Amino acid sequence: MANAIAQRSLRKPASYYRMRRRVVRGLQIFALLLVLIYTLFPYYWAFVSSTKQGAALYRSALLPALDFTYYRQLIDNPVFMSSLVNSAYVAVSTTLLSLIIGLSAAYALGRIEFPQRRAVLMIILMISIFPQVVVLSGMFELINWLGLFNRPSALILTYLLSTVPFTTWILTTFIREFPRELEEAAIIDGCSHFRILMKILLPLMGPSLASTGILAFILAWNEFLFALTFTLTDENRTVPVAIGLIAGTSRYEYPFGQIMAASVTVTLPLIAVVLFFQRRIVAGLTAGAVKG
Amino acid sequence: MSAKLARRDHRAAWLFLIPVTAVILLVAVWPLSRTFFFSFTDAYLDDPSVYSMVGLDNFMEVINDHSWWVAVKNTLVFTVISVAIETVLGLAIALLLNEVIPGRGLARAAILVPWAIPVVVATKIWEWMLNDQFGVINKILSGLGLVDHGIAWTASSSLIMGVVIFIDVWMTTPFMVLLILAGLQLISPEIFEAAEVDGIPAWKRFWSITLPMLRPAIGVAVLFRVLDALRMFDLAYVLAASNENVMTVSIYARDRLISFQELGVGSAASTWVFLLVALVAIIIIGALRLDRAAGT
Repeated sequence: MANAIAQRSLRKPASYYRMRRRVVRGLQIFALLLVLIYTLFPYYWAFVSSTKQGAALYRSALLPALDFTYYRQLIDNPVFMSSLVNSAYVAVSTTLLSLIIGLSAAYALGRIEFPQRRAVLMIILMISIFPQVVVLSGMFELINWLGLFNRPSALILTYLLSTVPFTTWILTTFIREFPRELEEAAIIDGCSHFRILMKILLPLMGPSLASTGILAFILAWNEFLFALTFTLTDENRTVPVAIGLIAGTSRYEYPFGQIMAASVTVTLPLIAVVLFFQRRIVAGLTAGAVKG
Repeated sequence: MSAKLARRDHRAAWLFLIPVTAVILLVAVWPLSRTFFFSFTDAYLDDPSVYSMVGLDNFMEVINDHSWWVAVKNTLVFTVISVAIETVLGLAIALLLNEVIPGRGLARAAILVPWAIPVVVATKIWEWMLNDQFGVINKILSGLGLVDHGIAWTASSSLIMGVVIFIDVWMTTPFMVLLILAGLQLISPEIFEAAEVDGIPAWKRFWSITLPMLRPAIGVAVLFRVLDALRMFDLAYVLAASNENVMTVSIYARDRLISFQELGVGSAASTWVFLLVALVAIIIIGALRLDRAAGT
């Protein structure tokens, strides 16, 4: 009893703890603001710069001038528009193909017991860490052989190298998370695996397919090395390559206003999708990694 | 009966694996084996059908090339420094976002923005912000009185590697944050409450509870980032093309292969890249014992 009283007298008054909590909270919110400025300011600045004309571009006013001339120029530029179409075509096709192939593989790897299962999973994981440059020579030959050189379709084929292992791995993790009880009745009834996948699992997999699909789409939309190497003419380029190769009239004079307008245009849809589906994206990113 | 069922299951499994196997054979195994094959030939890209076998000559040519070793050094410096910064910064931001504070939902969404932006676009945005005459960074620095005239960040041979690392950190810290945050959320809060009640100071709680429990999450994130950084191509290529100060092994290999059309030597360089990445992967996986965590 006496001991308890002695201990209590050692404690500082409640107001001290309240004060300390307030200071900590204040510091946390300040740090959070710093993080927000650090992550968002560059993109905001790209937007601000893209709406300034001429000399205004070189003055650092923080507010956008809201002059959309550069955007109108982009829309009127057939080369830029065709690269936008190419990117959309390549990214959407890659995503759909990878989802179909990945789902089929994920069902086998997540639901059927067979002796080589572990080995297949390891091979798929190993392929997803390949440096792309390592397959460049062979890929060049493959694309020439299929007659796809300088066609956007060539990119769909090459992008499968990175997206298929990735979708397979993540979808396998997702499929394992569904309770097996779901299919038990169907298995007892002698239902085929194909029917189990199509009729029982597929209807439940919408959210998992969405998160995996968005990640594959971003991967394909942002790819640079294969797109740079396997397309030759401007009208067959994808957007990252188109932007990467924009150059000014001289080496020292870059048309930064136009580049920023193009940058905002290609990322705005991406950022809208990412913010809208942020929970799903985080689920997809962490599914394969942390849960293992 | 059950053996028959098991056999049927195995057959079904391989039926489901046909598409993925076909794709892997077509776009991974076949091109990879062709790269290995060409690395022993003196073929040129304009006509790969004309070649003769030259043994290990190409491999020797690459390792006797001074530029190759510059590229190896650049790649390793870039990988070690940028992944180290990303890990520390990612851990700090993840711990912050794990606290119950107003606006953390918004921050968690905002942090995805740099991650979703294409590397090329991020590079161009930072190139503009770091412009020596008109860049907003130099304007801010001179406004604060820290410099009297703009710094040519991307033109200076000593600063450009710093710029590459800085841009990479901006783009990929979010990935670290998300993986570490996911790891943090798997730790049950009772452990921290118990430790707090026992009067264990905050830094000790972090050092002896949080960090050991985050080891698997941080390990996987570091592995992914290191393997990604080792093959970095677009960032340095867009910022500086074939500038030796930031040339990575991927840029070196592609230059030999595509720009110089040397199919044989380029393939040998690619094979060296493959061996480098494989070696680093084995070391990290061994060190972190990830094989056990990732398998199942």
